[in-house]
Amino acid sequence: MSTRVYVPGDAAAISVGADEVAAAFAAQGFEVVRTGSRGMLWAEPLVELDSADGRVGFAGVTSAAAAQAASTDWASLESMSIGLVDQHPWMAAQRRVTTARLGVVDPASIADYEAHGGWAGLRRALQIGPAAVVEEVITSGLRGRGGAGFPAGIKWRTVAEQDSEVKFVCCNFDEGDSGTFADRMVVEGDPFTLIEGMIIAGFAVGAREGLVYVRSEYPHAVRALRRAVEAAYTHGYLGADVTGSGVAFDLDVRVGAGAYICGEESAMLESLEGKRGEVRAKPPIPAISGLFGKPTVANNVLTLCTVPMILADGGAAYAEYGVDRSRGTQVFQLAGNIARGGLVELPFGHTLGELVESYGGGTRSGRPVRAVQVGGPLGAYVAPSQFDLPLDYEAFAAADAMLGHGGVVVFDDTVDMAKMARFALEFCSKESCGKCTPCRVGSTRGVETMDHILAGRDIDRNLVLLDDLCETMTKGSLCAMGGLTPMPVQSALRHWPEDFHAAGAAQHATEGDPR
Amino acid sequence: MTETIQRPDAWFAPEPDWGTPAVEATDLATVTIDGTTVQVPVGTSVMRAAAQAGIEIPKLCATDSLDPFGSCRMCLVEVDGARGTPASCTTRCTDNMVVSTKTDQVQRLRRQVMELYLSDHPEDCPGCERGNCEIQSLATTVGAAEVRYGRPAHARREADQEAPALGRSAAYDSSNPYFDYDPSSCIVCSRCVRACGEIQGTFALTVDGRGLGSTISPGGTDFLSSECVSCGACVQACPTSALQEKSLVELGMPTRSVDTTCAYCGVGCSFRAEVRGEGEDTQVVRMIPSKAGGANEGHSCVKGRFAYGYASHRDRQLKPMVRESIDQPWREVSWEEAIETAATGLKKLQEKYGRGAIGGISSSRCTNEEVYVVQKMVRAAFGNNNVDTCARVCHSPTGYGLNQAFGTSAGTQDFKSVEQADVVLLIGANPTDAHPVFGSRLKRRLREGAQIIVADPRRIELVRSPHIEAAYHLPVLPGSNVAFVNAMAHVIVTEDLYDHDFLAERCENVEDYLGFIARAENSPEAAQEATGLDPQMVREAARLYANAANGAIYYGLGVTEHSQGSTMVMGMANLAMLTGNLGREGVGVNPLRGQNNVQGSCDMGSFPHELPGYRHISRPEVRAIYEELWGRTLDPEPGLRIPNMFDSAIAGSFRGLYVQGEDIAQSDPNTQHVEAALRSMEMVIVQDLFLNETARFAHVFLPGTSFLEKDGTFTNAERRINRVRPVFSPRQGKDEWQITCDLATALGYPMGYAASSEIMDEIAATTPTFTGVSFSRLDAEGSLQWPVNDAAPHGTPTMHVGEFVRGKGNLVETVYVPTTERSNRRFPLILTTGRILSQYNVGAQTRRTANNTWHPEDVLEIHPADAEMRGIKTGDLVEVSSRVGTTTLRAEVSLRMPAGVVYTTFHHPVSGANVVTTDNSDWATNCPEYKVTAVQVGVATERERAKHAGEELVGSEAGSR
Repeated sequence: MSTRVYVPGDAAAISVGADEVAAAFAAQGFEVVRTGSRGMLWAEPLVELDSADGRVGFAGVTSAAAAQAASTDWASLESMSIGLVDQHPWMAAQRRVTTARLGVVDPASIADYEAHGGWAGLRRALQIGPAAVVEEVITSGLRGRGGAGFPAGIKWRTVAEQDSEVKFVCCNFDEGDSGTFADRMVVEGDPFTLIEGMIIAGFAVGAREGLVYVRSEYPHAVRALRRAVEAAYTHGYLGADVTGSGVAFDLDVRVGAGAYICGEESAMLESLEGKRGEVRAKPPIPAISGLFGKPTVANNVLTLCTVPMILADGGAAYAEYGVDRSRGTQVFQLAGNIARGGLVELPFGHTLGELVESYGGGTRSGRPVRAVQVGGPLGAYVAPSQFDLPLDYEAFAAADAMLGHGGVVVFDDTVDMAKMARFALEFCSKESCGKCTPCRVGSTRGVETMDHILAGRDIDRNLVLLDDLCETMTKGSLCAMGGLTPMPVQSALRHWPEDFHAAGAAQHATEGDPR
Repeated sequence: MTETIQRPDAWFAPEPDWGTPAVEATDLATVTIDGTTVQVPVGTSVMRAAAQAGIEIPKLCATDSLDPFGSCRMCLVEVDGARGTPASCTTRCTDNMVVSTKTDQVQRLRRQVMELYLSDHPEDCPGCERGNCEIQSLATTVGAAEVRYGRPAHARREADQEAPALGRSAAYDSSNPYFDYDPSSCIVCSRCVRACGEIQGTFALTVDGRGLGSTISPGGTDFLSSECVSCGACVQACPTSALQEKSLVELGMPTRSVDTTCAYCGVGCSFRAEVRGEGEDTQVVRMIPSKAGGANEGHSCVKGRFAYGYASHRDRQLKPMVRESIDQPWREVSWEEAIETAATGLKKLQEKYGRGAIGGISSSRCTNEEVYVVQKMVRAAFGNNNVDTCARVCHSPTGYGLNQAFGTSAGTQDFKSVEQADVVLLIGANPTDAHPVFGSRLKRRLREGAQIIVADPRRIELVRSPHIEAAYHLPVLPGSNVAFVNAMAHVIVTEDLYDHDFLAERCENVEDYLGFIARAENSPEAAQEATGLDPQMVREAARLYANAANGAIYYGLGVTEHSQGSTMVMGMANLAMLTGNLGREGVGVNPLRGQNNVQGSCDMGSFPHELPGYRHISRPEVRAIYEELWGRTLDPEPGLRIPNMFDSAIAGSFRGLYVQGEDIAQSDPNTQHVEAALRSMEMVIVQDLFLNETARFAHVFLPGTSFLEKDGTFTNAERRINRVRPVFSPRQGKDEWQITCDLATALGYPMGYAASSEIMDEIAATTPTFTGVSFSRLDAEGSLQWPVNDAAPHGTPTMHVGEFVRGKGNLVETVYVPTTERSNRRFPLILTTGRILSQYNVGAQTRRTANNTWHPEDVLEIHPADAEMRGIKTGDLVEVSSRVGTTTLRAEVSLRMPAGVVYTTFHHPVSGANVVTTDNSDWATNCPEYKVTAVQVGVATERERAKHAGEELVGSEAGSR
């Protein structure tokens, strides 16, 4: 019997050679299981072997090292061992709920999924009935993980209350924020969890049809998900009669066409309807009039992937994690200039500093951290002086920042924050759907204004203009894209005003301004 | 007439715009806006409620013909207890809401948003200067004086190499003959895109690109090459000069407007003619569809909106003319001489050949008043009943059939009714081409979820188009309609899907009919050979219609223009009665009338057997009304129908004809026969805008007026009497009703009215269904749907509520009798005819406008299999021969056609579609069987090709081979 070796098939692991490593092991006669990634991106390709105590990990395995390995001879890998993966301090300190199976199971195996606790949530859901499922989710305190943080159970209840023959569950898998990758990793590594979560959602609200909207930049995830959907149909978890319960649920995977704005739920619905991805005015909210005008649950991948655990273990158990109104866990993603990037799932309430310093290990360059952008390209830049901020929706909001989808991007002290402010506006100008005026015109005018500032032209006057523009965009935009773009700009201005006057100062210096 | 122009409310002002559509709700919300309290239906937008309170909130992307969109962000307000500054267009009123529209914050935000607009808008915007671009004036309103971003005035407007003098950008699109698209003025509010989708339902426009690079695009090409149908909805919706009528650029802003009615199809759209200048110098700047128009509610098509230029076309004949014989040249004469010549000629004929030797044909293009005086002249001055109308050749079976079934010769609903329909059964009609504004209304309802069954040999647009898919397309073979409708009824009866209560309470002849229709010969299976329809599909379609909460039948000339046209109309009436689909909104049997005033011309007593109001000439009590008023004894015997006139002319007993506004030589079937008839007459008087085909056989030509000169009324397909008001005085110096009166007077029967309103007063005084109609009532109410009388002082949108006009609905046994016109070895294909969007009927008007851009010639559509067998390719000239004649057309190989059926339009005289159509006609009304002609088709011979196209085209053709 050949020895089994676990090599991640995750796109991030593949990008550092996991496919070659897997091929090398296979060539040596190993049984290779392609799992997802544990999220220790700093350790990829992370190869694991079974042992009596659990899986032993080998970090940064190369295909050359793999080629030398034989079932009885691990010498070539010895130096790469990180010991039992579950007990590695980076993993052991986390609280893995949503990502419990990630990196452990074979995403292509529905049997493996079941063996690791899969479908328990669905079984219980079918047992307790739709109303109780909604109650359970409300009890859990689960909030939308896409960024807005709206209580998922309340949204489900609204959809459940609508009197409509046709309802939909739409999973927002258009993970476009810079520095975020949790949705992708979960779907690539544990796709059945999402399917189970969507079936439960459909059952709870009375929807017989689910759609996953995935960005085209995620081909591996599309493959993994489509394969899983097919298996779920084959095994009777999807279709006209889910596991013989009489409940019907169909699921389809739709691939986007490359617009960031389609991550905004109403633009996603437009795109799913086959139209240009353009934001809709609210009201009506999607829960009342969503896809094709029908009541629609629109939830992020992580939200739906948390649901099976909540149903299996009870909403109360999940709510025990976290603080105040931020209950449960959040899957953070560490990226940018960071020593140990990857996926960290923690209960709400830990501090930002802990995340960046303890898990992330500071910057990869070794230089001091100057700024951390939390919550994607529309999130605020946070200074190290705020590292004691608890990771909690309300605490961040009170600090004019946001947790968003849990993306954390780190910059060292070489960053020019005025340029980062310009980048925020430029990002908006490129990705704006073009519907509302503040975002459509304002973002480009913002870039031009920042260019004046960066060139040292009329800085004070232009800063006033920038401030007015930020007000116009914040209060006047149709959706969060235009409304939040000022957040990184204004946070940069607040914490690092000197960067905005640098060009002026330099000019003054060269021109010998008497002031 | 000038009285109408000078009404103070006729002076130019745009119709009010409430910002968002009205909401229908019974619950009212009390809302306080800037301290003013208003009550509105719950769900009304804050913007509309504010407008109702007299508070105008600035807006750019909102207009009350489109759903709220929320993109311009000019209409931000503050709502007590709500976060932020919501847009008032997308915020719905709830009870006790308190709104502030003028706080410092919202005024500042509006200024700042406007500053962004201005930063992207040319400083020298020609539209702002002219007055058809709202940006500058709105900037002034909100107090945005400064553009701190700098104003890259021409950033998106770099002068085009080809048109530098105009300062137009390279993207300036002037491809459409009627309007231009200038992206430099565009604010990307999407009103055009939404109008194209929501109102017109064509979805030709989209937004391309992202951010500031977002631009309006007709699908990545220019407007002319795109799917745009040139309905004008986008131009009307545009708040800037980005989309504007070419005529507006050329002539300038209008100075006043005149409310009137379109003179094309039977939809009868209301328009505001926006004009410049006074008296003789009056020019139409543009035609804007009226939101207040009951038939169209602010929408239009390419014909009504743009194709009015024929009224001033150089071909228009403005002087009366006479000639001794038809081989002589015309001689322009005075009105007096022309009238005298005509009268003398007619009198002589009557003296020589008898009273019945002459007759008249009235026009469905003319006003009710003009038509009424024609039949009056014939009956009182000619002293016979030889009057007929061109409705003979289109919808006479509708009049007959619906009268037999329900007791009224008219459709049962208003157009708005379709908004309540759940299943629409569309038979032999192609509304998106022939009745486009109704077509758009229907499409809107289908997008909302109603289903449609299309029974038509062709795959028309409503079978499948963006966001539309028919539940069933039943390509019924031409000539087999009655077999089809009987099969539908058979299924409904034998599967017990019929409304027992409705039949018991409201219908008669029930048992006989049920017994008849249940016979096996009427089953879909038995009908299959005739109809060519899959019986299973017919059964399913019948179930769908029968089970609909509201099932509505709409039909067109594909029903009537058959040898069993009248039978088919009754067959459809039977279907509606069987299923109880009558007497409420959302149901009914609805003819889509061909001409603007087909309904009216029939109402006005144009048929030889009927006095106004469909009262038979044989009824002494009815004759007595007119005999007393007119002072003449009326002939109790019906006169000649059009085909009888032709036959009698050839036979020698019918010698003189007065034809008002109908080109019988082109539009009536079997052209050779018609021409022979005309040629054999001694006095043919043609009254028309143009020297048409019929005028070739005329001795007197009396120039007519266009709708822009008429003062009167048209009655559309929904029995809606609409006012037609003159934009300028008659170009040829005389109202058309006056010409008729003069002729009658010259014939020795003095006929005169001070104004056309007096003619309507006479109609109202003598016609029970028109009792309450007068110009002043119409001016006050906008329009009225007859019957208008004491029982229904505001008209009757839905007929037969509770009881049929004739008492009980009459179920007539509709036995299928195949037409004698059948395909055989010599003529193996069936030719059927229809219309195309951009052209209208014989094309006398539309061919004299830029509408020719889209349809320069008629084509013969043919299925690939039939084409292949004959070696025909798209673009080939082909010869079409029937047993009566041969014509030449260009072929278009098309999967829209079923095998065995070919199709053409009849808009161009050169095509001569009616050269091949036969003398077959409806058994009851003589409506010609235009829709069924057995033909053979083959590649044209060199000689035919030369004849068709002229040497030049043949040369180029030869070169291409």
